[in-house]
Amino acid sequence: MITRTGIVRAAMLLIERDLRLAFRRASQLCHPLMFFLVVTTLFPLSLSPQPSQLRDIAPGVLWVAALLSSLLALEALLKSDAEDGTLEQLVLSGQPVVALVAAKTLAHWLVGGLPLVIISPLAAMALGVAPDAMLVTAEGLLMGTLTLSFLGSVGAALTIGVRRSSVLLSLLVLPLAMPLLIFGARATDLAMAGEASSGPLYLLGALLAFTATLAPFAAAAAVRIGVE
Amino acid sequence: MLRGVGFALESGELLHVAGPNGTGKTTLLRVACGLSQPEDGDVLWRGQSIARLGSEYSWDLAYVAHDAGLKGDLTARENLRYAAGLRCTVSDTDVTSALTTLNVAVCAELPTRALSAGQRRRVALARLVIAAVPLWILDEPLTNLDAAGAALVLELIAQHLAAGGMALVAAHGELAVRSGRISRLDLS
Repeated sequence: MITRTGIVRAAMLLIERDLRLAFRRASQLCHPLMFFLVVTTLFPLSLSPQPSQLRDIAPGVLWVAALLSSLLALEALLKSDAEDGTLEQLVLSGQPVVALVAAKTLAHWLVGGLPLVIISPLAAMALGVAPDAMLVTAEGLLMGTLTLSFLGSVGAALTIGVRRSSVLLSLLVLPLAMPLLIFGARATDLAMAGEASSGPLYLLGALLAFTATLAPFAAAAAVRIGVE
Repeated sequence: MLRGVGFALESGELLHVAGPNGTGKTTLLRVACGLSQPEDGDVLWRGQSIARLGSEYSWDLAYVAHDAGLKGDLTARENLRYAAGLRCTVSDTDVTSALTTLNVAVCAELPTRALSAGQRRRVALARLVIAAVPLWILDEPLTNLDAAGAALVLELIAQHLAAGGMALVAAHGELAVRSGRISRLDLS
């Protein structure tokens, strides 16, 4: 007796598959993290190492570094599947492509985004950010990196057929990520000044809800065109 | 690329799409799968347009493309479990028996990038055994296979046709399938 796989089970399977693949290639896990740490370390070296100055630039540095390192892994989101033909098999699996793309995006964030959030207090500490503001930064990055993964899934789907697409992908996604940068850095800024940072955090939440509900549809449509 | 191509496939029938390189065999198969859209015309499944059926049509077909569609970093067993698991509930026993049918059970725990081209093709074809679907769409299924492998695949196709299935197969050479009706569509 053959039982069809339900949509939730299919999404879980795909997440499991992508996580397993990521752990088989440890570099995929480590590179964005190392990039994040190296970039945040470069600023104190190139500017003055005075704590007051570091604190001034901390929000911007943390967010720009997080955005850039999230972008690093983005190209791999769909491209490797497209190259080995598994993306076609996913499209033909009989499951809604929207759900599959959303599952892949989530897996991508678990591998590339969540570790950044976890490690961000370390980078924040190195830049002299107070513990309260570290938490706000991590909260902001939690929503920001997830939003960026969803935004990036559309870009990655649109550039499936493009060779060496990482630069094009950055050009597509970075302008759309500017609101994240503005609200995210503002939240950290306010927290560091001891003021309420809930305003920008709510806006980040709204951006997350917006992209999480719409981006998978756009990405699925682009995937269908991409495999054609 | 293709113009004026039309055919109908019935239960227990195999359509052999033949023709030299570059005549559009793969294109025709991809249109039949619903991966590519025809500029003009329509593909019907059980009398309904596949564009309207959407995933309902995908449930009924298994497509084995020219590239194997396997993840090199996953083992043969994992590849099969995920690919088939997205469609239907599969147990480890199902996977093992499918790999045994294709004579690649010994490679079950090896990453597929370590397998030979012929073994990879066998693992890809094992998907057909697990997914009991009525329509098989195969692009050059005998490429890279040794004589025993080719005979095995032809036997699987024969059994599929005998059970009332359908197959749309693009191949350069002849397809010596022992049972089922075979029609030929020559694109040259």
